[in-house]
Amino acid sequence: MIIEELILILIAAAITNNFILTYFLGICPFIGVSNKMESAVGLGLATTFVMTLAASVTWLVYQYVLVKFNLVFLQYVTFIIVIASLVQFVEMFIRKTSPQLYKALGIFLPLITTNCAILGLTLFMVLRKYSFLESVIFGLGAGIGFTLALVLMAGIREELEFADIPEALKGTGITLILAGMLALAFMGFGGIISG
Amino acid sequence: MIKEFTKGLWKENPIFVQVLGMCPTLAVTTKALFGFSMGMATTFVVVSSSVVISLIRRFVPREVRIPMFTVIIATFVTAADYFLKANLYQISKALGPYVPLIVVNCIILGRAEAFASKNNIARSFLDALGMGVGFTCALIILGSVRELLGSGTVFGYAVMWGGFTKWVIMVLPAGAFLTLGLLVGLFNVINSRMVKKAGCK
Repeated sequence: MIIEELILILIAAAITNNFILTYFLGICPFIGVSNKMESAVGLGLATTFVMTLAASVTWLVYQYVLVKFNLVFLQYVTFIIVIASLVQFVEMFIRKTSPQLYKALGIFLPLITTNCAILGLTLFMVLRKYSFLESVIFGLGAGIGFTLALVLMAGIREELEFADIPEALKGTGITLILAGMLALAFMGFGGIISG
Repeated sequence: MIKEFTKGLWKENPIFVQVLGMCPTLAVTTKALFGFSMGMATTFVVVSSSVVISLIRRFVPREVRIPMFTVIIATFVTAADYFLKANLYQISKALGPYVPLIVVNCIILGRAEAFASKNNIARSFLDALGMGVGFTCALIILGSVRELLGSGTVFGYAVMWGGFTKWVIMVLPAGAFLTLGLLVGLFNVINSRMVKKAGCK
């Protein structure tokens, strides 16, 4: 069934093959922005939005421009330009239509261009030969997974403020170790989907 | 001049100090060899893009510099990717989408923006080379530790004794985070000792 397959892609992208914890994509914002709950939620939502959009636009560009005119070798250059201009466009659009949303998400949008999770998403989409609908769902799932990991991490780090951490591990060190533990926990979901 | 090169090795090491370019660092270091290959590919891209960007730095309008840098970087990444596919197919397959992901490796854009766009070609070249070598060294260290504990080998050579129980976790994603976290801690300990010593003098 097609619906079943779509749900599988969604859950796989969000949980079992979480972008941050199993593919290591989007680690920079994961370490940089995860010290406050508020910004973690903001960045997560903005990224989910851009991911879904980027998946659909790059799919169309890939199929109807690159493949059609035999230009696949321009794939990386094209994808990065598409993503960068998309982010710029989204930023302008949100600023014009909803100042409130812009206030909440605005500062995170420029950060997203250099988020490797977005480019990684489009590359995986091509590698796995997803159809258009599958790509959109894949983008949405990856965004949800990204938000989930980011918010979990922010919650833990807020508690960590009061913990007694060895001097050398403060900051990056302890964040990475915590991420390792989270990754271990997420391995527990591995059995949900076979293959 | 020499300083431009050496600062990337230790004082401003891209991984241990600046914590940039984490995605390939964590993803490909299941084996030392993969870490080395990824390091070389990244070094190639950072050096060539830094030289080109330094060359054209006077002609690029400030407003469009970031997109231009990105396109230059993406071009060199495409070249590196096709080179690997043609000559080292096994490695290219193992590294998978992480080779094209060099495009968004923040080390490269960071060097372009912070250094190459402001300095002459020779200095940009040395700076980029230092960063590339520092990055490669860090990848090899991380890859060796994970390969040693996870598979009992280093660069494919068996080093552990016969009855050694492999720590499977080390080659899994969780092991990557744990190892790097502890290595960063170790780096900080060594660094603070060195600073203390220098302070005593």
